[in-house]
Amino acid sequence: MGSITVNAQGNIIASTVSSNYSKSLLGDISREVLVIFREARDAQLPLAEVNVHFGSLRVTARETRGGAIIFLMPQTALLPSPK
Amino acid sequence: MEERHKILVVDDDADWLDVCREMLSQLPSKPEIRTVGAGARAIAQLDSQPFRLLLCDLKMPKMDGLQVLSIVRRRFPDLRTVVLTSLEDEEFRSRAYSLGVDLFWLKSDMQQNTKMFLDCVESLLGRETDLNSGFRGVQSKSLMDIIQLECMSRNSTVLRITRGPLVAKIWIQDGELLDAQVGNVRGEAAFQKILAWKSGTFENMAAEPGHERTIQRSINALLLEIAQSIDESTEPAQTEMIEKADHRRTVWRLALLAAEGAEFVVTVPPDGQGKSEAWGTHNAEQVTAWTRRAAEAVKRLGDRLEAGPLSFIAGGSMERRLIMLNRDDKLFLVAWPTEAAENELLEKTKKLVASWDS
Repeated sequence: MGSITVNAQGNIIASTVSSNYSKSLLGDISREVLVIFREARDAQLPLAEVNVHFGSLRVTARETRGGAIIFLMPQTALLPSPK
Repeated sequence: MEERHKILVVDDDADWLDVCREMLSQLPSKPEIRTVGAGARAIAQLDSQPFRLLLCDLKMPKMDGLQVLSIVRRRFPDLRTVVLTSLEDEEFRSRAYSLGVDLFWLKSDMQQNTKMFLDCVESLLGRETDLNSGFRGVQSKSLMDIIQLECMSRNSTVLRITRGPLVAKIWIQDGELLDAQVGNVRGEAAFQKILAWKSGTFENMAAEPGHERTIQRSINALLLEIAQSIDESTEPAQTEMIEKADHRRTVWRLALLAAEGAEFVVTVPPDGQGKSEAWGTHNAEQVTAWTRRAAEAVKRLGDRLEAGPLSFIAGGSMERRLIMLNRDDKLFLVAWPTEAAENELLEKTKKLVASWDS
């Protein structure tokens, strides 16, 4: 589906996600992902990558200098699934 | 004022003694720690004053650790013993256990899993009441705990248990219970008799893979049935039962962590439904709080994306990999070493979580 690049402040720097996804939705996704990274660091569990597996979507985020690159990938029966 | 327990550490490496002293000083019960550099001096110390626990190296000049442990077993039968060694040889492990040591730790494991090591030592220092019950060999555990450990570790062994003039044997092959014998009684009936023993000594003997199988039921089913019948027959006070159950659960979970190779486990129930628990991590409070907040953030994310139910969350760094999943409304966060792939870790996590409350 595409990727979003966000800086440490949560601002979207680049996006390849369809315009069907509103800016505010992408902003919300970015914020939640950055919260997960930041609070993991605070808990002394620094993470370089997070994969969230939902029923129909996988969100993969990689941390980059306080910001993140977030990949949104559909989960379908045709894709390899970790289940 | 409660008297502090004394721990004696014997090792010919002075630097290692310093490491031990520093590590053991973190124990919550703040025991008194003495160190000596030779086996003979350890025996002299034990002769001169009472100690609760001996931490003993194996490879030492003149009198080696196995000799020390052999003397200790005869002269100080109540002393708890832990072997700390760099020798990764299974033969030394079984010889040490046959000498009745409570724990066998590799020095490298001890440094990597400090929290778990300290939990084990603290458990060995334990309560006074522990001294008069349990089986010498692995802490002061019940025989049920010992058998659970052997089966869960998929071990193959013959446990020889003695209680005064009585001698019993339990055959375990690849974690499956094959047979039990006490006197002329064999099979499940013998197993039930043996498990009613509250104290004794045991030793691990070489496995006998070809031994006839007389017990067909699963170990968990049998242990559950026997535990119920023992509880019903003895009717101990409720608090004592709770303490025993807690102790058994602790042993089970620490053993699960060690057997599966997980670094730590944190469980977080829904708000207001019990307390969170953490095993194997130093900063339990912070990790627990993060687990809860990360789950909330992911829930908001899922709601916003309308992406369907959450399956699991995986995270990784150079140090460890994390798997978070939900079971019966309880969140489980399990940390693993970095070697394994996500799919493999997910399966291992599911297995560990499924066994967690067994």
